[in-house]
Amino acid sequence: MGELLQHVVNALILGGTYALLGIGLTLIFGIMGVVNFTHGELYTFGAYMMVLFAMVLGVNFFVALGLAIVLGVAMGAAVEIALLRPMRGADIDTTMLVMIGAWIIMQNSEQWVWSGVAKSVSSPFPDEPLVIGPVSLSWLRLFVMGAAIALIVGAHLFIHRSRLGKAMRATFQDRDTAALMGVDIDAVHTATFALGSGLAAAAGALLGPVFVVTPTMGNLAALKAFAIVILGGLGNFTGAALGGFILAFVEELGAGYISSGYRDTMGFMLIILVLLFKPTGLFARAERIG
Amino acid sequence: MSRALGLAWLALLVTLPAWMDDPYCLHVLIVTGIFVIAAMSLNLLLGYTGQLSLGHVAFFGIGAYTSALLSLGFDLDVGGGRTLLVGPHPVWLAMLGGVAVAGLFGWVIGRLSFKVRGAYFVIVTISFAEVVRLVALNWIDLTQGPMALNAIPPLSVSIPGLWELTFYKKVPNYYVVLAVAAFSYLIIRRLVRSRAGRAMVALKENEPLAASVGIDVTHYLVVAAVVSAAMAGAAGVLYAHYVRIIDPDVFLFIYTVTMVIMVITGGKGTLAGPVVGGLVFGIVPEVLRELAAPEVQWIVYGALMILIVFFLPRGIVPAVTGLWARITARPPLVERRPAE
Repeated sequence: MGELLQHVVNALILGGTYALLGIGLTLIFGIMGVVNFTHGELYTFGAYMMVLFAMVLGVNFFVALGLAIVLGVAMGAAVEIALLRPMRGADIDTTMLVMIGAWIIMQNSEQWVWSGVAKSVSSPFPDEPLVIGPVSLSWLRLFVMGAAIALIVGAHLFIHRSRLGKAMRATFQDRDTAALMGVDIDAVHTATFALGSGLAAAAGALLGPVFVVTPTMGNLAALKAFAIVILGGLGNFTGAALGGFILAFVEELGAGYISSGYRDTMGFMLIILVLLFKPTGLFARAERIG
Repeated sequence: MSRALGLAWLALLVTLPAWMDDPYCLHVLIVTGIFVIAAMSLNLLLGYTGQLSLGHVAFFGIGAYTSALLSLGFDLDVGGGRTLLVGPHPVWLAMLGGVAVAGLFGWVIGRLSFKVRGAYFVIVTISFAEVVRLVALNWIDLTQGPMALNAIPPLSVSIPGLWELTFYKKVPNYYVVLAVAAFSYLIIRRLVRSRAGRAMVALKENEPLAASVGIDVTHYLVVAAVVSAAMAGAAGVLYAHYVRIIDPDVFLFIYTVTMVIMVITGGKGTLAGPVVGGLVFGIVPEVLRELAAPEVQWIVYGALMILIVFFLPRGIVPAVTGLWARITARPPLVERRPAE
């Protein structure tokens, strides 16, 4: 029982960052119709910004976290304006190829700049875990979960309460009509991509101190983000949030009770099964956002 | 014109080892040839049926692993205390086995994944390749996992009991790869010019319309997937017996990306496209290797890929044939005008 409880707690902590990754990707797909292969690289970028600010430049941990997220947003906006804006109207496969090219460039630039050696980020939290009954929790992981949940709620409020969020939802429902009503589609796309990228960078910046930072860490993260998006239904915000937690539970329990070597396989098995039996995702009647 | 050009190319490739005996260059050409075969197989799906399969490396790896295991022999715990013992098979038989198993996987994956299209299809195929990679990494009893399968026997031809010839040298390996590549090219040409090929192009252009005139869409997609998977498997088989060591890294996503780049650069949906793209992206990295670090090379690849999509969206082959047609078509137009 104690073991099960520990797995559940671990899954909740991991699920928060998975949900962040998934929400970013699902927004970009839902609103822009772009399968974003650079998502994992924005995640890696966030983690390396933590290395740069917190470790190399010695900035305060929390300030570094904020800077990493802001730079992630800026990076996303830059990618959108440079690569995706000229591709507006191209079919989905063509855009996908451009994104694969961008992914290769970004990953190898990271490798070039930071070398392949894994980097670690130290955190200001105490090393002794918090022990409650049979469950032990590290303070850092608790902070990561709290921050992830705060960001998810923040993104949700942004989409539902702000004027730009309203424009994003309108674009998702019907791009042409939204444009006729005076929505600046270019601005909406840039904002969407920047928001999604910022969430991915935030996930990387939060998980960087938990694990180690390597140039290829984004590959598996991107594939998992795809898994989460599929679970939740493409373009479904709530679905992606829940999908993140579901994937984390399946992985934790699968690794704990079936085989730890196949931990990362669980997510992909799940995607294949969902797509075969319920291709619109677990929660969606149709692709939608909000 | 294109026929003469093709024959000239073939003559050049056949006589190549006679005037170039540098083992390093031959090695580059052999590996490039193997990737050209894989790219041709991907082109059948991507170029002719319009399905972007980003899990293609799975078939390459399945072919490689199957053939390596069959030629080395293996034992497998089938449960209930029983073990399945498979002794070492002759290489040619193992190779056929590798192609067949890859084709079988193509059938299964085709039946399952063609239920979805577009982004969903892409993600299913990526997931499939990733599952296969993780299985190869973790099923250590069978695949040796990260310790790799070593000492895979080299390519050989034999008449059982009478005569056997083992290819340790590069030149015979080169000819085997060239022969398989030429054979694959002919199969694809035959297929795309047949009724099945026209059906594939029809469903790429407009699937609902194709279905409405009675084309069994799923049937033709699965046919394409089986042929494509078996051909990618053949490339993997050649790779396994040429390099003679394989590990789960043969399933890395980056190899699928390499194949996609080759097809797109050369021109998807053209017969010569993957060959041209494969040669460019097989040989350019070797030239760049002297000039730049591997990361920089990859950055150049990525940039090239974006530039090609931006400026040559249909690829090199259609661009060149288009240019050629313009050049050759101009004089008659000028002469005809006064007669009107």
